[in-house]
Amino acid sequence: MEIGTDIILNALWETLYMVSVALFFGSVLGVFLGITLVVTRKGHVLESNIIFSILNPIVNVLRSIPFIILLVAIIPFTRLIVGTSIGTSAAIVPLVLHIGPYFSRLVENSLLEVDEGIIEAAKAMGATPLQIIRKFLLPEAFASLVLSVTTATISLIGATAMAGAVGGGGLGDVAITYGYQRFDTVTIFVTVVILVLLVQIIQSIGNTLERKIRRVS
Amino acid sequence: MIKFQNVSKVYENKGQKTEALKEINVTVDKGDIFGVIGFSGAGKSTLLRTVNLLENPSTGEVLVDGKHLASLSKHQLRQEQKKIGMIFQHFHLLHSKTVYENVALPLGLSRVSKKEVDKRVRETLDFVGLSDKLQSYPDQLSGGQKQRVGIARALVTNPSILLCDEATSALDPQTTISILNLLKQINEEYKITILIITHEMEVIKEICNRVAVMENGRIIETETVFNLFTDPQTETTQNFVRSIVRDHVPDTVYHLMEKNGYIGRIFTFKFTGSSSGKPIISQISKQFDVEVNVLYGNITELQGTPFGNLIVELVGPHEEVEWGLDFARKQQVHVKEVTSNGNRNRHYFERTLGNVVHG
Repeated sequence: MEIGTDIILNALWETLYMVSVALFFGSVLGVFLGITLVVTRKGHVLESNIIFSILNPIVNVLRSIPFIILLVAIIPFTRLIVGTSIGTSAAIVPLVLHIGPYFSRLVENSLLEVDEGIIEAAKAMGATPLQIIRKFLLPEAFASLVLSVTTATISLIGATAMAGAVGGGGLGDVAITYGYQRFDTVTIFVTVVILVLLVQIIQSIGNTLERKIRRVS
Repeated sequence: MIKFQNVSKVYENKGQKTEALKEINVTVDKGDIFGVIGFSGAGKSTLLRTVNLLENPSTGEVLVDGKHLASLSKHQLRQEQKKIGMIFQHFHLLHSKTVYENVALPLGLSRVSKKEVDKRVRETLDFVGLSDKLQSYPDQLSGGQKQRVGIARALVTNPSILLCDEATSALDPQTTISILNLLKQINEEYKITILIITHEMEVIKEICNRVAVMENGRIIETETVFNLFTDPQTETTQNFVRSIVRDHVPDTVYHLMEKNGYIGRIFTFKFTGSSSGKPIISQISKQFDVEVNVLYGNITELQGTPFGNLIVELVGPHEEVEWGLDFARKQQVHVKEVTSNGNRNRHYFERTLGNVVHG
């Protein structure tokens, strides 16, 4: 291996930084979009054909743009938000826009899994739409949502590999610039192993949490 | 009190109209345990949901304690919904929450102090007999216990009306009885009006005082439970009644009679109230030259009044049999001939029997 451990560690730090910040904002966006996509459906607690039929295609469009394209396509927007279009922080904006809509679909699925009878019972109790979401839908979907976050996190790790295209750094960037372009197989191998371990750890944490929430021993 | 006035409900799906409720007019009085029975698809579930406006009637009005809920604002409607408890066939409890938390939920929707919530939840769970399950989760409970949690959740806000949506249909017969007894107790102790929909005649028989029979979105019969059982008017009702009170000659008895060749005439004797206690059968055979052969019989208790049903063969000279029948009628026994000896009415007998067996 021609590069030092400090480069790898630095890249790991960059990856973790991008993933966690993008995950935070992406989750906020995703949960918000996901809930909206569910409750504005026909017959649901905040039925709104207008909101649903605007939001649904937007999410689809964002999801269908390949991340590498999204990354460069929204450079002006990124510059507007973080003041620069290069660097780790600049990579976070497209990451959020990438993971938010994806996460919103996962949230949507989780919430739709909740038995409709629960919503009916909530309505019969005289719960407001917001109370139905907060006190019935979200708690019942919580275990499933934890798994959704896990899936989203892992897919974010994958996406950060492309952040190198805008100078975002991270493990994927190291693998490409040091490993692939300089034919340094060992570096590729090391970075890949680290990424595999990272994914394994996150998935096990997610599974453990989910089982704990569902009280399965 | 719940008053349905000309209530209709039409669903429209892709231009196709389905009438779920047609011109419903019925009043559930305060303190009633009112049952609505019907086959699935008869519209009873929709009817129940028009009370707390989970379903809006297309036309007509539902008045709950004199209030027309559909004309209220959303906020006011929610306040009224809190006075109407509802329990479900599949309980609809939150699996992520403990029994205690589930029962506390309705109070958490209004501004109720923590202390008050705690007091109410413990009281209510104590009433339904689950004070030892506060920290259990629904999936650790049996079906009957889950329904008790459902009932506690419905009662915790002190409602004046309780709606039961097939509340015992997912339970075994023994648990059904215990839940029905609990509902009866609620009606008596808290003076809560109960509206029950069910497809089980057993439920109607056990706890209701009045009943409406629904078919194809219409109420085809409204009666006190006693009258409905003793004198059902429509065929649907008769079929429901037969699920509890068998009033036909069982196949085996019929075949036995075929083999031996029956010689007498066959009647159903319906005893109601005081006449159930009298030795009418033995008196007939003592006072008249009539032999009484009991083919089938049962006695059911309805609303605390015994109701008997006997199928008997009377053998003897024609006039003696007639005198015997007159005697029975004078004792308030409802007499109906099923068939008579010989081939004349044989056809009728077989037809009746066929209807019963296949219906």
